[in-house]
Amino acid sequence: MSCCAPGAEMALDLNGATSVLPSSQEIRLASRSLGDDLRQTDLSVPTVHCAACIQTIEAALGKLDHVESARVNLSTKRVAVRWRGDEVPPFVAALGRLGYEAHLFAPEIDDKDKTLAELIRAVAVAGFAAGNIMLLSVSVWSGAEGATRDLFHWVSALIAIPALAFAGGIFFRSAWNALRHGRMNMDVPIAVGVSLAYAMSLYETINHGDHAYFDASVSLLFFLLIGRTLDHVMRERARTAVKGLSQLAARGAMVLRGDGARDYLPVGEIEPGMRLLIAAGERIPVDGKIIQGTSDLDCSLASGESTPKNVAPGEAVQAGVLNLTGPLTIEATAAAKDSFLAEMVRLMEAAEGGRAQYRRIADRVSALYAPVVHLTAFVTFLGWIAATGDWHRAMTIAIAVLIITCPCALGLAVPIVQVVAARRLFENGIMVKDGSAMERLASVDIAVFDKTGTLTLGQPRLVNAPSIDPAMLTVAADLAAHSRHPFSKAIAGFAIPGGQLKFDAVTEHPGFGIEATDAASTWRLGRRGWAGWKARTGGEGKHGYGGTVLTRNGMIAACFVFEDALRADARAAIDQLSDAGVPVEMLSGDTAVACAEVAKSLGIDDFVPCLLPSGKLERIETLAKVGHKVLMVGDGLNDTPALSAAHVSIAPATAADVGRNAADFVFLRESLVAVPLALDVSRKAGSLIRQNIAIAIVYNAVAVPIAILGHVTPLIAAIAMSASSLLVIGNALRLRTAEPISQAKNVRRDRLSDFNELARSS
Amino acid sequence: MTTLTYLIPVALFLGALGLGGFLWALKSGQYEDLDGAAERILIDPEEKKRPLI
Repeated sequence: MSCCAPGAEMALDLNGATSVLPSSQEIRLASRSLGDDLRQTDLSVPTVHCAACIQTIEAALGKLDHVESARVNLSTKRVAVRWRGDEVPPFVAALGRLGYEAHLFAPEIDDKDKTLAELIRAVAVAGFAAGNIMLLSVSVWSGAEGATRDLFHWVSALIAIPALAFAGGIFFRSAWNALRHGRMNMDVPIAVGVSLAYAMSLYETINHGDHAYFDASVSLLFFLLIGRTLDHVMRERARTAVKGLSQLAARGAMVLRGDGARDYLPVGEIEPGMRLLIAAGERIPVDGKIIQGTSDLDCSLASGESTPKNVAPGEAVQAGVLNLTGPLTIEATAAAKDSFLAEMVRLMEAAEGGRAQYRRIADRVSALYAPVVHLTAFVTFLGWIAATGDWHRAMTIAIAVLIITCPCALGLAVPIVQVVAARRLFENGIMVKDGSAMERLASVDIAVFDKTGTLTLGQPRLVNAPSIDPAMLTVAADLAAHSRHPFSKAIAGFAIPGGQLKFDAVTEHPGFGIEATDAASTWRLGRRGWAGWKARTGGEGKHGYGGTVLTRNGMIAACFVFEDALRADARAAIDQLSDAGVPVEMLSGDTAVACAEVAKSLGIDDFVPCLLPSGKLERIETLAKVGHKVLMVGDGLNDTPALSAAHVSIAPATAADVGRNAADFVFLRESLVAVPLALDVSRKAGSLIRQNIAIAIVYNAVAVPIAILGHVTPLIAAIAMSASSLLVIGNALRLRTAEPISQAKNVRRDRLSDFNELARSS
Repeated sequence: MTTLTYLIPVALFLGALGLGGFLWALKSGQYEDLDGAAERILIDPEEKKRPLI
């Protein structure tokens, strides 16, 4: 069908067990009314990547009943579906059949990006004005005189007005904001320089003067706006990529009323005492108590425990855990705002401290720079008045000083490096939230890792496959394909394609295992005590994971041993971090035994097991108090407070939603090498930023004396400013060509497979 | 000098036309899916069948 279907199908396979299709009630909840019975639903479809995909999806969705239109946006990898009526058309299922996995967007984030549109418009206006004024200025520089020169100056003045009002407005507002709060930022000298240059040029024009700086003030705006727009585009891209990952928190739940009616309510409206139906594959929306049903719960995201937990009626369940095998009826014991998830958010907000105190390099430099520049201009003014008594001359030269020191290069020095660095990380599947994150990462001196889901994948791996009778393994794999239990998924991976055995009936016993019968015998795959009811070794086996066995008529035919699979390159990543001078520590909510095993195989000396979320937070705060700059890498709900308390934080794409939002970096690929890579790029970016600031300062040291002595003409100002900006940009681009770091050589191929990974990560 | 009185307005008008065109394209959403626009050129419109000669 389409070129990408095979890969997409695979992604769907991998996901099938953990993510359940959003129900139609959920889709309705997340859709947005366009008035007149028309509704729009935005879906993220990470695997779409070519013309054939677009056509397949749009044609298939357009054919569904009640669907008004479907439009694919390839850049953001989203589909906007407009539909009518009460029934939600089955578009997620339709996409699933085509091999595209789709997930829902939260309704509030699909607003158009107004800031970006404003920035691009400002760049366009400033570019137009700068080009035309420069054209007129060149004529003046090459000898236009008298009335012609005045005409050109007047025309320039007119063109500059809309540019200043529209494009300059961004800087004026920001500068005003900073001043009003008693702060200094880079926009203050820009705003002062640009507006004074314009005022003086206008005065010169009216009095038939020689020199007008219209070109300088407008092209300055143009350069700075380019830097600012690039910066914004980069951040926006990271943001949409992260938002495009599937939502892991429950959006709503099916409520069972006293009279037997069923209602789908958003999480916020669920009250304590309500009875909720949780199907297998759904996440528990609020804290509750099980009333009916047995099942296995995957708590890895909530508590960091790697082994699924067996639950029966009467037991309490936490919001955020995944119900794996059987349907459950629970009674809500807390509203969403008092649930575990909300508790984590509160801890997280309370923890936000160290990061808010961080001041960006650019702000620190400008806090020094602006007063010095303004003082220099003022002293120049006084000096020339004292020397010559000529007000007009003194004013002209003082403004020339302001223009030449206007931080064009300085304004570009930091953002341009960060844009290039973020681009580099993006190509390696790492999203950066903003520039300050890179500055903070460059300064870390200790790294703290979570275990389950971060150092490990949180998915068990079958370790004794070679020692199992291949025939028995095939039977087990066929049986396991019927369950979404993590152990079953691990066994199902060993299925032989096409080798399906004929079972008459397959039933899953939640909390125990799977039973199937064929002509001759009854097969059971599951817990030792249940499956091997005739075996002599009844009860739990000696293996750590409760002992999973395959039995034939009650006799054990094969034993399975699992371990939590390590994330790819975990060992290499830890080693690289140690080489970079960043010692590694592991914090986990899992048992000491499980932690010790992982720590040993990864060569981590320091680890703390059995931690509560607040325990992790405390550990990070203790480290910070001693003066450490802590990097936290984690994925679970229980890591979220720690993620936001740390100096800088990184989360994998598989992390809980809150965690992904709290983290400064999100990496999409499985490999943990992303962490040292991000550190390396950030450190390189840090040194380039310092070089760029040095270049800008050297430029000023040379240009300012010339300006103070009154030798600066508009031509010299234009050349000097452009040259310094180009120098800074050129220096920043060196980061792109820096020698590839380990996996970077496969960038081209990896970029193509990013889509699959985006999908897989859900 | 006389040529300038009409050449400059003409130049500015043409420039403004380009700027206006860009702003219009931006507003009408033509920059929202640049990758998609590049790929969509490969999709044949379905209903139009080539007449047999």
